[in-house]
Amino acid sequence: MTTSLLINRRGLLTAGGTILATGLSGYLWPAIAQEVSPTRSMRGGANNYRPGAPIVEKIGGGGFWMTGTVRRAGDGAPLAGQRIQIWAHTTEGHERDPHSHGATLTDDNGAFRLEMPQIVPAFGQPHGHLAYDSGEFETVFLRPVMSSAKNTSLEAHFVLQPV
Amino acid sequence: MDMKAVRAALIWAALAVAIAVPVAASAASTLLAYRDPSYIIAGFAGVIALGLLLVQPTLIGGYLPGLTPIGRRRAHRFVGAGLVAAMLIHVGGLWITSPPDVIDALVFASPTPFSAWGVIAMWAIFAVALLAALRRRLRLTARSWRISHSILAVVIVVGSVVHSLLIEGTMETVSKAALCVLVVVATMRVIFKVPVWPWRKTSAAVDHTGRDRVPTRQ
Repeated sequence: MTTSLLINRRGLLTAGGTILATGLSGYLWPAIAQEVSPTRSMRGGANNYRPGAPIVEKIGGGGFWMTGTVRRAGDGAPLAGQRIQIWAHTTEGHERDPHSHGATLTDDNGAFRLEMPQIVPAFGQPHGHLAYDSGEFETVFLRPVMSSAKNTSLEAHFVLQPV
Repeated sequence: MDMKAVRAALIWAALAVAIAVPVAASAASTLLAYRDPSYIIAGFAGVIALGLLLVQPTLIGGYLPGLTPIGRRRAHRFVGAGLVAAMLIHVGGLWITSPPDVIDALVFASPTPFSAWGVIAMWAIFAVALLAALRRRLRLTARSWRISHSILAVVIVVGSVVHSLLIEGTMETVSKAALCVLVVVATMRVIFKVPVWPWRKTSAAVDHTGRDRVPTRQ
């Protein structure tokens, strides 16, 4: 009941934001609309961040997939070999636990995917954390929220601004 | 057993069930398996606090049989102190679990929409407790005490109810919503009876002594 209310509101906000972003900017600034703007860090995205999470095959026992892409701001070109750090409150540990953290690299298409334990709701929402902080581009912390706690995957996309 | 005693037993049983069911449902949550003791205790402090929000208006409104006016006011104060304690355990336990999330909430910078509602309710609980403790020293008149306590009570109830309804946690959604409805209904019933509102002018007239008479159900 509560969840569906959240989804609806979230969906509404997303839809509204999309209309604003695509419709209005395309109409008012046709030249700039071609550009891909950088992703901004989300509120609370850096919470329980642990610098230097190791690159791993998977976090813990797996069963859940965190996926996404990394692109360059401006031309939107995919960025290969970028290190993305991932952590969450899962069936195997709290966010702050070192074993809840891991990192992976993007492939030639700028895509990444890392298997991890099932994310469970914590602090009121089922959510994950991702970070880019390798220095070549500006640091970005993301905190995507799952539309349902039953989902077995979650995605997050980075558009990075060169430093 | 006469009918009065049966009725009294039923009222107390109904209150116990309204609080015990959501607590029990919370205790059965699968999420508990993935939480440390500090997080579990913090969560239950919140669930119990929501239950105490139902006890407070039913107590002071005189809906609970078998209590003298002094007895129920004493109990109301005792439960109020319990609410303050529950808040300290709730926030303290969450702090141990994840300090940055609690800091975000306290400074109103949290990504979650329910945090601000909870924090506002928490401050309103502390404010009522402080006001109750300093009531004599501040020489509050019965009227200003009733108005301030009533306003803060509404803030506490609205804040807490929105806070808990928006949270996806250990509470089961139906029993949580039912408890929230009961809390809102009980609070509104009692608040509307407080003899300070303009539409209650006639009732206010009975209180020229300045003594604190709590509205009771006859």
